[in-house]
Amino acid sequence: MNALGALLVRDMRIAVRLGGGAPIGVLFFLIVVTLVPFAVGPDLALLRRIGPAILWLGALLASLLALDRLFAADHEDGSLDLILMSRVPLELAVAVKALAHWLTTGLPLVIAAPVLALFLDLDPAAIGAVALTLLAGTPALTFIGVIGAAFAVTVRRGGLILAVLVLPLTIPVLIFGVAAANTAIVGPVPFGPPFTILCALTLMSLVIGPFAAAAALRHGME
Amino acid sequence: MALIDLANPTRFLNLVARVLPLLAGAAAIAFAVGLYQALLVAPNDYQQGATVKIMFIHVPSAWLAMFCWGAMTIAALGTLVWRHPLADVAAKAAAPLGAAFTFLCLLTGSLWGRPMWGAYWVWDGRLTSVLVLFLMYLGVIALWRVVEDPSRAARAVAILTLVGAINLPIIKFSVDWWATLHQPASVLRLGGPTIHPSILVPLLVMALAFVLLFLTLHLAAMRNEILRRRVRTLRLLQARGA
Repeated sequence: MNALGALLVRDMRIAVRLGGGAPIGVLFFLIVVTLVPFAVGPDLALLRRIGPAILWLGALLASLLALDRLFAADHEDGSLDLILMSRVPLELAVAVKALAHWLTTGLPLVIAAPVLALFLDLDPAAIGAVALTLLAGTPALTFIGVIGAAFAVTVRRGGLILAVLVLPLTIPVLIFGVAAANTAIVGPVPFGPPFTILCALTLMSLVIGPFAAAAALRHGME
Repeated sequence: MALIDLANPTRFLNLVARVLPLLAGAAAIAFAVGLYQALLVAPNDYQQGATVKIMFIHVPSAWLAMFCWGAMTIAALGTLVWRHPLADVAAKAAAPLGAAFTFLCLLTGSLWGRPMWGAYWVWDGRLTSVLVLFLMYLGVIALWRVVEDPSRAARAVAILTLVGAINLPIIKFSVDWWATLHQPASVLRLGGPTIHPSILVPLLVMALAFVLLFLTLHLAAMRNEILRRRVRTLRLLQARGA
């Protein structure tokens, strides 16, 4: 338990001090949201209609693109070998690293989303729905993303391929996240069912992600 | 002959050399019978006319598209759990075949959709989940290509295949929830098929032909992959000796 706590603190410290984890992620999110009106036009009615989708897409890209160096950096400086050799189960260590990443990258995105929602003229109910769905859904994105991050150790010249591998797996999260957020704007569907399924997807990814990523790391390091 | 005996590539190659002509011949016969029945015997649909014939290619391709991922999943377990030496060869050979069947399914589907639905593509649940399946096949093929060492690539791909096998039903379910226009499953369903036998029989013959074609191409691709690896090993040895 102590070792896991130390790992959590270390990863959060690195994220805050080096590479500017949280601010860069939020900045990327802001830029994506800023780009959309240039692409679709400054029509506020349209932006209000597609606002939750824009925020979800922005958060999806921001949280996944920030993830690719999670294990590769540890592999380069040797600390991944120490984690592998320690008595802590690798699956738990992976889960703790993912948690640290979510706390430093995912959570700031959730906090930034209501502010960015103002750019898209969302009303308070919709802002609440988007923030709540992002809070429930971004952990799923991080925990699916760690699988891709673990492949980055095997695939040295990775880059875009990790996004190609991971993004299709995030489709269900995107569908139910946007569906739940949209119920506050349009939709005759109640908020409950899609939101509950979103939570279920998050819980599933909490299990599958660390196991798959740990397996990929073990095989990638051989 | 047990599966473990085939762990010896030479023995496997001998078996392939004996089985492959038979399989290819059986596939050719099944295609001849199936295409004859599908194109000349089976009646036209009273609403869709002759375009319904596309179904005899479209539906077996869709089945094979999913079947290939199933085969890759079993091969992935073979790589990770049983460490069978030919499992990763089987997985690698199946990926382009699965991508090809998926592409064929999408292509025939959009050619069929144009006269029937009025558009080559609609964002319908089933179409979208097959498109995602196609993207995942391409991802697997790309992962095979970016890792130089075949055994490392094999284990990475095996994990991705297993994750995909868990995720594909979830993607399919969520996409169906998202939107659906395509007709529901009408052959494999509780309470028996809803298709008339005059169309169902040719469809099943075509499905058999597609399975035989897959087996033929898969074994041939596995043989080629084994030979390719032998060439690679010989080249490495030669380079070391020089």
